[in-house]
Amino acid sequence: MARAALTWVALAAAVGVPIALAAASPLHAWRDPVYILAGFAGIIALGVMLFQPLLIGGYLPGLSARFGRRAHPWVGGALVVAVLIHVGGLWIASPPDMIDALLFSSPTPFSPWGVIAMWAIFAVALLAALRRRLGLRLRTWRTAHMLLAIVIVAGSVVHGLLIEGTMETVSKAALCALVIAATIKVMADLRVWRKRRTLRGENLTSPGAAPGSPGPPRC
Amino acid sequence: MTTVVLNRRTLLAAGGAVLATGVSATGVSGLLVPARAEGLAPTPSMRGGANNYTKGAPIVERIGKGGFWMTGTVRRAGDGAPLAGQRIQIWAHTTEGRENDPQSHGATLTDKNGVFRLEMPQIVPVFGQPHGHLAYDSDEFKTVFLRPVMPSAKDTALEAHFVLQPA
Repeated sequence: MARAALTWVALAAAVGVPIALAAASPLHAWRDPVYILAGFAGIIALGVMLFQPLLIGGYLPGLSARFGRRAHPWVGGALVVAVLIHVGGLWIASPPDMIDALLFSSPTPFSPWGVIAMWAIFAVALLAALRRRLGLRLRTWRTAHMLLAIVIVAGSVVHGLLIEGTMETVSKAALCALVIAATIKVMADLRVWRKRRTLRGENLTSPGAAPGSPGPPRC
Repeated sequence: MTTVVLNRRTLLAAGGAVLATGVSATGVSGLLVPARAEGLAPTPSMRGGANNYTKGAPIVERIGKGGFWMTGTVRRAGDGAPLAGQRIQIWAHTTEGRENDPQSHGATLTDKNGVFRLEMPQIVPVFGQPHGHLAYDSDEFKTVFLRPVMPSAKDTALEAHFVLQPA
């Protein structure tokens, strides 16, 4: 119980402190509301990203693994919305700078990382929405999602770290480190890569064997 | 807003192409190219340098209330001779306005040593980097857009140097 409370306090701090410090940034005095909103949408997206691996991995104390799996796609949808506000708001704030970024011709080294992460987020959302219609096999979908998740996390972290903006550097780096750690943890635990080999082995020897029999099914 | 920007970019691209062909078509290039080869190379425009550019910013004593110095030099490609009386336009996101606000833009002229200095409000980071914009956009030489980045957002001065080639 105490441990669960401590985990939630730590998580709240990991996400809340960077947001609070960014809110206190003096740079806001010289920015338009739409630019401020766009910046915060990016910061919140980074915070939300921390919960995605924790939800799907069932690591959040007090929440069932089932709840985590149900919430994960909805939180993913929220991430898409946050990215749209981030990019849309920055476009309104300074159209030529946003166009440069989207066309990969920006002078700022962080822009391409953010744009790549954005497309990967959109790709996961699209795949998730069309998975059944496309008739994607669970294994294919999982592998695609995992690879795109790596692109999303790596792209977002590099994007965020290289920006000189409203976020305070230490709390930003700490949040980025936690996002990476949570992603690595869930990837290692879910053992998609190993399971894939096992499944293939099962298919070869006994085609009728039900997949996913060891452990609870995850998606 | 977007239309203006797109027009500008198209214009710049087209203008650059016209200027390039213009130079090679005239006899000037025959004289210029050997001189350039052994001397000072012209400054290329920087990526994003022309963002939020507006033509014809007025020559001003200083931009806004000042407190920050934008300095630099203007020289001729090839022999590196200082160019006096050249108009340099400067703009940035500062404590007093955004890059695309008219009051954020101003221009100044180089002195007899080809040096320019214009006081402006403190530049603050925008789009992830504390940076300024400068343009040489008169007729005599090829247009150049610069976008220098400040080593630290706390700096109160920034330098940019132009080496121009005839238009």
